[in-house]
Amino acid sequence: MNKRVMELKSVEVWDGNMANSQAFRQADVDVVAAYPITPSTATVENYAMFHANGYIDGEVMMTESEHAAMSACVGAGAAGGRVATATSSQGLALMIEVLYQASGMRIPVVLCLVNRALAAPLNVNGDHSDLYLTRDSGWISIDAFNPQQAYDMTLMSFKISEHPDVRLPVISNQDGFMTSHTAQNVTPLKDDVACKFVGDYLQVNALLNFDKPVTHGVQTEQDWHFEHKAKQHAALMGSKKVILETFAQFKELTGREYKLVESYNLENADVAIVCLGTTFETAMLAIDQLKAEGINAAVVAPRVFRPFPLEEVAEALQGLKAVACMDRSAPGGTVGALFNEVSGALINTSARPLMSNLIYGLGGRDMTVAILKDIFRTLDKEARDGKLSGKIQRFVGVRGPELSFYETQGM
Amino acid sequence: MNKPISEMGWDELVPGAALFTFNGNINYNIADIQPEDRMYSETSSKSMSVGDWRVLKPVWNSETCIDCQNCWIFCPDTSIIARNKEMKGVDYEHCKGCGLCVSVCPTNPKSLLMFNEYETTEDALAKWPEKKKKGE
Repeated sequence: MNKRVMELKSVEVWDGNMANSQAFRQADVDVVAAYPITPSTATVENYAMFHANGYIDGEVMMTESEHAAMSACVGAGAAGGRVATATSSQGLALMIEVLYQASGMRIPVVLCLVNRALAAPLNVNGDHSDLYLTRDSGWISIDAFNPQQAYDMTLMSFKISEHPDVRLPVISNQDGFMTSHTAQNVTPLKDDVACKFVGDYLQVNALLNFDKPVTHGVQTEQDWHFEHKAKQHAALMGSKKVILETFAQFKELTGREYKLVESYNLENADVAIVCLGTTFETAMLAIDQLKAEGINAAVVAPRVFRPFPLEEVAEALQGLKAVACMDRSAPGGTVGALFNEVSGALINTSARPLMSNLIYGLGGRDMTVAILKDIFRTLDKEARDGKLSGKIQRFVGVRGPELSFYETQGM
Repeated sequence: MNKPISEMGWDELVPGAALFTFNGNINYNIADIQPEDRMYSETSSKSMSVGDWRVLKPVWNSETCIDCQNCWIFCPDTSIIARNKEMKGVDYEHCKGCGLCVSVCPTNPKSLLMFNEYETTEDALAKWPEKKKKGE
């Protein structure tokens, strides 16, 4: 634990960035190496302020780029330290090469990814382009929908990442600006309680252990590369158990319960959207308001994006007649990632809800309660008609003529 | 490690492909042990022969060498073998033929020169140049 304790109120008013910074501070990180970028800047800025004011015993490294930031994290992690960083958008894009190094080398790192659109055109606002860019990188990816959850997820990320059965880096996602810059009530743990929850860092094959000299980041060709990638994937799939254990321990400590797949009003629902991020809470309001219209709608969101909770998503959607998968990222010539993965989850089950794919909110375009109510009304009509009301993929909230792709007819 | 790494299944490998340099723990002063007596592991670079990457090889001439240790200091692959500050030869299993040892050799004529791989040491030594006179 850091020598200097910060006295926190039982309820603080923090935005998502401050929630990240405080979780870093309480986790007693050895090295935070970063190159700040909007909208995650304040995660690092606050942390550097804590450091300057004597609250951090560890090191803060200001690197020359995001590629260098993640490289420093990998190096410090291989050396045997607890490491963390934060980034967004273009910064994440520059880090990508090293993301694969971190996961392949099995170095625990916590990356607070404050989700932002990818250029071009340049845009600093929130969408999930950067989150989707990390899909196949071998990192655990967890999503927070508000600042409280950002604090909780970032704190838990250390415990999950460093577990000896996992030893994989973790991304703690939150929506740029919608979460990162929206101050809300956050109930933090006291420093000693949080530090004890995260626990001591367990070194594994540390470079600085001179009794057992080791090489990290080696070359493996066709003779054993495949076995290593298989082992890495097995660890990522197996991390589900550790994530569930960590969620359970966190609930015991705080009363706050998290699941692999979060939902609202699922018990009564005929139709649902599947989404990520802040859209979840907006949908909760829309769902409540639609009850007066006799529409029973639900929202389902994977709390854990990687490893993808395929079985839990399938189970959650069994009773539904129509489902819209909402992807907040330009789909790049196919259906959105959520549509693909959710449809894939259902394909071997008996449930066959009507599936549509809504592309929305690019570059921080608002997803309002009113638009969500319209989406749910459309879903309700589709459920009653027994067919989609348009093409499979539709752009929602974009100006201009209707933009939709992929016919269902003739199948 | 009970079996060669090339026969291990995915479940048997060290996570992250971390490779240990030595068998066992180094709970003794390894500086007291000569490299040939150290317990290098199967996966240590010391156990790998990479000499076939080389196109030209450095040949050492003990007649002109003054044991200045320049080549030993500069060799990027620790392929200059020295004992008690005396030059002993070149480790051809690990030398990549970069020629750095030749360029840092201060003697006249040089005590390390690059030759084709197929030339024998005897032939190379027979072709060794004479000492250059001042102004040459």
